[in-house]
Amino acid sequence: MIKKRNIIGALVVGITGMASFAVVASIVVIMVNIIAGGMDTFSISFLTESPKEGMTEGGIYPAIIGTFLRVIIMTLVGVPIGAVTAVYLSEYASSKSKFAQMIRFAVNTLAGVPAIVFGLFGLGFFVQFVGQGMDYALEGGSGLRWAQPNLLWASLTMALLTLPVVIVSVEEAIRAVPRELREASLALGGTKWQTIRKVVIPNSFTGVLTGGILAISRGAGEVAPILFTGAAYFLPHLPASLSDQFMELGYHIYIMATQSADVEATSGIQYATTMVLLFCTFSLNFIAVVLRYKMRKKMH
Amino acid sequence: MDKKISHKPSDIAPDGFIRKILFFGIKKKNKNSLEKRFRLSEFLAEKIIAATSFVSFAFIILIFVFVFREALPIFSGYTDKQSVISDELEQETYGDIPSESSDEADRHEELHQSEEPVTIPDLLSTTWQPVSLKPKYGLVPLFMASLKVSLIAVLIAAPIAILAALFTAFFSSKWTKEILKPSIELLAGIPSVVVGFFALIVLATWIQDMFGLEYRLNAFVGGVALALSVIPIIYTISEDALSVVPKSYTEASLALGAAKWQTALFVVLPAATPGIFAAVLLGIGRAFGETMIVLMATGNAALFSLNPFEPVRTLSATIGAEMAEVIFGDTHYNVLFLIGALLFIITFALNAIAELFIRRRLMRKFGGK
Repeated sequence: MIKKRNIIGALVVGITGMASFAVVASIVVIMVNIIAGGMDTFSISFLTESPKEGMTEGGIYPAIIGTFLRVIIMTLVGVPIGAVTAVYLSEYASSKSKFAQMIRFAVNTLAGVPAIVFGLFGLGFFVQFVGQGMDYALEGGSGLRWAQPNLLWASLTMALLTLPVVIVSVEEAIRAVPRELREASLALGGTKWQTIRKVVIPNSFTGVLTGGILAISRGAGEVAPILFTGAAYFLPHLPASLSDQFMELGYHIYIMATQSADVEATSGIQYATTMVLLFCTFSLNFIAVVLRYKMRKKMH
Repeated sequence: MDKKISHKPSDIAPDGFIRKILFFGIKKKNKNSLEKRFRLSEFLAEKIIAATSFVSFAFIILIFVFVFREALPIFSGYTDKQSVISDELEQETYGDIPSESSDEADRHEELHQSEEPVTIPDLLSTTWQPVSLKPKYGLVPLFMASLKVSLIAVLIAAPIAILAALFTAFFSSKWTKEILKPSIELLAGIPSVVVGFFALIVLATWIQDMFGLEYRLNAFVGGVALALSVIPIIYTISEDALSVVPKSYTEASLALGAAKWQTALFVVLPAATPGIFAAVLLGIGRAFGETMIVLMATGNAALFSLNPFEPVRTLSATIGAEMAEVIFGDTHYNVLFLIGALLFIITFALNAIAELFIRRRLMRKFGGK
């Protein structure tokens, strides 16, 4: 009897262990495949050249710059708003207040909205509504400058998408600031806002950083929202202003793998581009994981 | 505050009684001033912070309003405003594949005059043919496709994720935990377009060879790829659900002589069921809304069938693939927004139900045992 029990026990451990192994293995398989496919094409000049010969040769420089610009604008808009919201939720809002519950509900809902719906929203709101309004106000309704997909609208759509990521991780960091520090500040006569500014925020800076990095990594990899809010198939020049379209790494992968004239011929470029994107998001995530680990360690 | 205290007593040089009165008064006054003191910076800081946090809520409302606003005209037919817009932007298309899309735009332009409002029965038909002489906007095949792919994804992801969560919670040694947890975070961090690319180029060929399939890209390939993006969600929430089961349960079971695996399977797992159920629901929600993976890996043919090995076109992929080629204000454009609204409602409902289950679990944890 005891033996049978042990056998089943070993079986249970084995099966659950196999499932865990499958998860780890799938990551390894994906990485090995993509690196093996992209290594030959990858070189420094791949990063610094523009696509050539109808995108069958050359590098991905404009896509890297486009992604970079988009991510910067997204961060400049999204991280401050997200961090302030997190400060409100953790410092000012009482858990009973209707307003705070409303915000929390909104953040949760925002986190669950599919990426493609953000894209539709960006098109319907930013491009069509705000853009047309701006055209009307700035150019007298004659030109078509803002009422079309561009860098600004794509970045703002993405900022909205990454807002919950920032809020959640900053809030976690703020909650990790020990109560004693806050109480010490208040006891010394500091006001609430002074306490937040001089004690809470400096002590949760790592969290703000982590939130920003996670948002960037999420934002850099997401393609669905920019399909029709600003990404372009091919542009001969870099975006010069916020109202220009841009090339983008993820979109480049999608378009090269599904719509290019000769998918086989560009296979190396596709792999190498994927490799670059994967490397960026992995290293960003890795930094975030390390930062968070340090933060939690400090807390305990 | 300090000044007030300092000069008054020294001027008067009071005896004990007066001093008492004075101090009484001052104290009282001080107390009041502490309570009622109005600090502009504090006031402004709080209001500005509250106002900024309102942004999230405002945008949820805006998303709701704008996605539905663009979807509604299909039920009422063309308004003047829209035909003006589409005239202005005659050739404005979103794809950058000029040759194809301008053809389509021309065809649309011809059709555009004769189009009638779409009725509900039209939407419930089983043919999706938005670009033809007589466009058909039956959403049923798209919906079925989404359902099919999501179910395949969750059927694969849920067992793996839940078993892995059980493993981390009960059987893993410290170092396996230290590999597994970051791995899950890495998996969650892989961009969906990369998973889609992997599925399209590598996985599809493997699966085709393995099963000898007729179509290289099909619902099953999409489902397997989607499972990769769903596993982290189900794993994280299941693990969370397992870890909040009270320690007393485990201890009671072990004290009664049950083995660790028996405790895990028959005591802790049942107690964590609501949380795990919520995890699976969230997984379905995620799978339903995911776009890039299905767009790249499922073949994108709007067939109406139950066979998992045939190509499908899901709701989200339809938006992703077709929005680039429609004209603003066109019926097709509005129908795509309607699909977006549908996706919004479905994922919202799934998340809300999952939230309910998670909350019930917490109530059980903090309420009476």
